[in-house]
Amino acid sequence: MASDDVKLIGAWASPYVMRPRIALNLKGVEYEFLEEKFGSKSELLLKSNPVYKKIPVLLHGGKPICESLIIVQYIDEAWSGHSILPSDPYHRAVARFWGHYIDDKWFPALTGISRAPTDEAKKEAIEQVFAGLKFLEEVLEKSGAGKPFFGGDTIGYIDIALGCNLGWLRATEKLSGLTYLDESKTPLLVCWAEKFSAHEAVKCVMPETDKLVEFAQMLKAKFSAPPSK
Amino acid sequence: MGEKGVKLFGTWASPFSLRVELALKLKGVEYEFMDEDLQNKSQELLHYNPITKKIPVLVHNGKPLAESTVIVEYVDEAWPNGYRIMPQDPFEKAQARFWAHFIEDKCLKAVFPVYTSTGEELNKAVKEAQETLKALEKALEGKKFFGGETIGYLDIVAGWMPYLIRMTEELAGVTVVDAGTLPLLNAWFDDFLDVDVVKSSLPPKDKLYAFNRARREKLQSGQKAH
Repeated sequence: MASDDVKLIGAWASPYVMRPRIALNLKGVEYEFLEEKFGSKSELLLKSNPVYKKIPVLLHGGKPICESLIIVQYIDEAWSGHSILPSDPYHRAVARFWGHYIDDKWFPALTGISRAPTDEAKKEAIEQVFAGLKFLEEVLEKSGAGKPFFGGDTIGYIDIALGCNLGWLRATEKLSGLTYLDESKTPLLVCWAEKFSAHEAVKCVMPETDKLVEFAQMLKAKFSAPPSK
Repeated sequence: MGEKGVKLFGTWASPFSLRVELALKLKGVEYEFMDEDLQNKSQELLHYNPITKKIPVLVHNGKPLAESTVIVEYVDEAWPNGYRIMPQDPFEKAQARFWAHFIEDKCLKAVFPVYTSTGEELNKAVKEAQETLKALEKALEGKKFFGGETIGYLDIVAGWMPYLIRMTEELAGVTVVDAGTLPLLNAWFDDFLDVDVVKSSLPPKDKLYAFNRARREKLQSGQKAH
């Protein structure tokens, strides 16, 4: 086994960075967190992820692993202990499918709401967000059978893939006035969100909603162009 | 349910369902291929994949899976004996998954403008495609295939490139991948197309070219209308 030297390049506000942090916490792996300064990219980051130049990057014995869900799978395979992915191939594939769905469809729809150029596009994006949450509520119901997490009694892959977005989801709710996690629509998810956020492996790395709101407002002020119609 | 066996929903032209076919054939798994009409999707497909409603969908003993790269990993794990598709080492696996993500995220988008553009736009598209594909060569360094001596997961995921890029080059009248610009990829194109299971699985060339010739014309006339 390579050196036990484990480093994670990331930033406090990034939901993607949360994912490997939760995974490392679940495995009880000690690591050095290298926080990137907002607005600039370190030499180490550029060297470790020359293709995308993005965080998170896991450095294990000096070898870089990129892309948050790929890092989570790597962590699950490289260290024993808490199993993040299910042991059965079919359930593993289902978990991976939802990881793709969350990243390729659901999260872009969420960020697409504020970026939507027309009211029609905005409405569509909002609908997609709610549709996705409804699907995930069904997944939780089916796999759960009364269990608190997608992974059953403990946090698993889907919990990590979805849960890392809770900070920004809550910030978006505050900024837009829209409630996405609605007890009348997705009661199981509402309950799940609370339990996930309170989990030992999560609470220390979940950014505070108010800090995210502040950050979002700062970003908006920095990047906003004069209004055009 | 009592349903047994393997069903694959795809289309004859889809490089995504082709990925799954390659994986199943490498494992020697018998399957029933359901050729879908994407303009008129079957009730069965929509029942098995109500989430994205897309092909490919693999149904194994009644249990459905979607997302081609996910399905390929599943095939490797569900039939663990026989041909090895994924690398064994976790770091090698992470590398393969990373490049697969890069292919899905960047390469398809980079090649499509070569397929649709003409004139100056086309020249620009070729250069941009070459730049994107150059990054992928890193994964081939010192190897015959992405998987090493034999094809593996990443070869399967990248498998649309050798035949679809060559086809695009012919239809558009350009060169994207050759020994001068992208030597490693160029050599891999030839080696991949020479693999028996690939040769026996590719869609029929005449049918594919005719279909794409027509599709390309439609897309380009649509563009001119703007």
